[in-house]
Amino acid sequence: MTGSLAATLVRPAMALTTLPAVGAQHAAWLLLAFPAFGAIVLLLGGKRTNAWGHLLGVAMALGAFVVGVLAFVQMLGYPASQRSRDLHLYSWIPVAHFQVSIGLLLDPLSICFVLLITGVGSLIHIYAIGYMSHDPERRRFFGYLNLFITAMLLLVLSDNYVGLYAGWEGVGLASYLLIGFWQYKPSAAVAAKKAFIANRVGDVGLSLAIMAMFATFGSVSFTGVFGAVGGASHGVTTAIGLLLLLGATGKSAQLPLQSWLLDAMEGPTPVSALIHAATMVTAGVYLIVRSAPIFNLAPDARLAVAIVGAVTLLFGAIIGCAKDDIKKALAGSTMSQIGYMMLAAGLGPIGYALAIAHLLAHGFFKAGLFLGAGSIKHSMNDEVDMRRFGGLATVMKITFVTFGFAYLAIIGIPPFSGFFTKDPIIDAAYSRGGVSGALLGTAALLGAGITAFYMTRIMLMTFTGKRRWEDAAHPHEVGPVMTSPMIILAIGSLGAGGFLMISNRLINFLAPVVGTPPLSHGFFTPLSFLSLALVVVGGALAWAMYGRREVPVTAPHGNPITVAARKDLYGDAFNESVLMRPGQWLARLSVFFDNRGVDGLVNTLAATLGGTSGRMRKVQTGFVRSYALSMLVGAVLLIGALLLVRL
Amino acid sequence: MSPAHYIALAVILFVIGGVGVLVRRNALVVFMCVELMLNAVNLAFIAFARMHGALDGQVIAFFVMVVAAAEVVVGLAILTSIFRTRRSASVDDANLLKY
Repeated sequence: MTGSLAATLVRPAMALTTLPAVGAQHAAWLLLAFPAFGAIVLLLGGKRTNAWGHLLGVAMALGAFVVGVLAFVQMLGYPASQRSRDLHLYSWIPVAHFQVSIGLLLDPLSICFVLLITGVGSLIHIYAIGYMSHDPERRRFFGYLNLFITAMLLLVLSDNYVGLYAGWEGVGLASYLLIGFWQYKPSAAVAAKKAFIANRVGDVGLSLAIMAMFATFGSVSFTGVFGAVGGASHGVTTAIGLLLLLGATGKSAQLPLQSWLLDAMEGPTPVSALIHAATMVTAGVYLIVRSAPIFNLAPDARLAVAIVGAVTLLFGAIIGCAKDDIKKALAGSTMSQIGYMMLAAGLGPIGYALAIAHLLAHGFFKAGLFLGAGSIKHSMNDEVDMRRFGGLATVMKITFVTFGFAYLAIIGIPPFSGFFTKDPIIDAAYSRGGVSGALLGTAALLGAGITAFYMTRIMLMTFTGKRRWEDAAHPHEVGPVMTSPMIILAIGSLGAGGFLMISNRLINFLAPVVGTPPLSHGFFTPLSFLSLALVVVGGALAWAMYGRREVPVTAPHGNPITVAARKDLYGDAFNESVLMRPGQWLARLSVFFDNRGVDGLVNTLAATLGGTSGRMRKVQTGFVRSYALSMLVGAVLLIGALLLVRL
Repeated sequence: MSPAHYIALAVILFVIGGVGVLVRRNALVVFMCVELMLNAVNLAFIAFARMHGALDGQVIAFFVMVVAAAEVVVGLAILTSIFRTRRSASVDDANLLKY
């Protein structure tokens, strides 16, 4: 590219300008330092730190949260145009024109994530003290959690794509370690590997995108890339956009790389809540929204993002309808909700802030749902089959109420969160216009109905009806160290959506970064009433199937859709038949070729030489006189030959 | 006598020596046959030196004598030590150095 200059002349609009960070924000490096310190001490300290390790882990997460809040408060004091602050830490790769520095970018978008990660992260740290209290490896668990917080904060705070990539890999590592935390269970070990490999596929997309950026723009920093992107050709921006989308699908469990998330539920429940619901899996959405200046110039890539989101939101919701394992049902729901966010992000400027709003609200209610599921599991001898639950509302009152709040939030009953954040996405999808807009909007609308169905199903099967417990199960309410985070998250489920969306608070806050136009009309539009009607229909259907009738302890055979959904809609079967088996065949073919072709050639040559030598060796008889005879014959032949030539 | 007769004698001596090396088993006799072959060669050298009136052949004959003496010293030493250990001077018995 000859020109960042030409680029700025063509399209200067979305270029990112930053100011140096001062004051409390100057200490933003502590955001990374606190949890990193915790992780190092807990993982290197070994058994000596067992006694107080969990407390250190919680303290480090809370410390990061306090730093985040201070930085946020300071940011609010700046005028909107000066809220992007850059904190240079040190030059990482200074090579001639290729400059990569470790720097932190504090802007309205990253601070939202910082508060979500450290806030919800701290709550889940506290919850895990209780949840993991019987586990002899609790200290190691907190070490990994702190490692995750560090990597996730690096991901959202980095001011360039290489730093983002480092965090991206870090959260993948932490996710792997935590899914496989109980590595002696083969299912957990396999799930961890599956998650890691599926993520790697996406990571390849992200790394290729970063390489393409460097090749095209000569820079990998946000300011450099977004400043030059206006001068790039349509094909380049589309290619980079699609590669970024591939990265996002891996990390956010979107089609076609969705299959790992359901298995990831093998990890401890706090991990499912923090990493596989509230924060890490939303990194893909962050990536898309952060790369808004690229996607703004690549409408085709944006459409691909929206389609991936719309398909995944239905896909995950249908899986959620059929799963009897409460955590897997919630995992399907997570895929579905992230589908909403991807759909919103794919709608372009109209949807970026809506995606983030739904992401933040989802962080509260989905973490709440998972913590509720975790406390049920904790008190029911690790039972996760909802057909073995039932009637828990009376014995676990706090869990029931907090889970209920999150339930109302996710299905979008006003005034709970989901209503304020999900319906604008449906509205925005329809407002895209054309056939694609109608299809995307209808998918989102249908998704709302299915969400209501599966969430009502979970509620009814878990908390109402006859008690179908195992004989050994004695469910009881969990202790305050676990209930208090659930209560706080329930309050968040109630208030977060309205707080963020009423009077366009979040949209205006994010406007300097992503430029989403404020919602012009209120929340009670005809569309939202239609959506509410579908929610009621879905809920009523679930009640008719699981509330009115008795839930059988063993799952009935079910209709073909149920059977398919139980098998993750054949996601694994697809991967196995399309990717795994051809790969195995290729490997077998290569082995065959290697054994027979390459090795065969070399071995034949060696065998020929060896065999010939073996036979020739017999000539060495050890009889001196026969040697003398051969010398004589040789000499005669030599002389004869010489004479022949001479003549 | 013309030098041709000396050459003929040298050939005859060489053939006798060569046949002796090939057919005799006693190492001492083989050595003597080798000496015979060397001396046949010496004779040929000297005959040619006379034919051509040059001294080169005679000089080389001295070299051959020196080499032959050295060879006999080493060879007889080996032979003695083999005889001590194996109680045999037959070259066919000393056939361990083989495949």
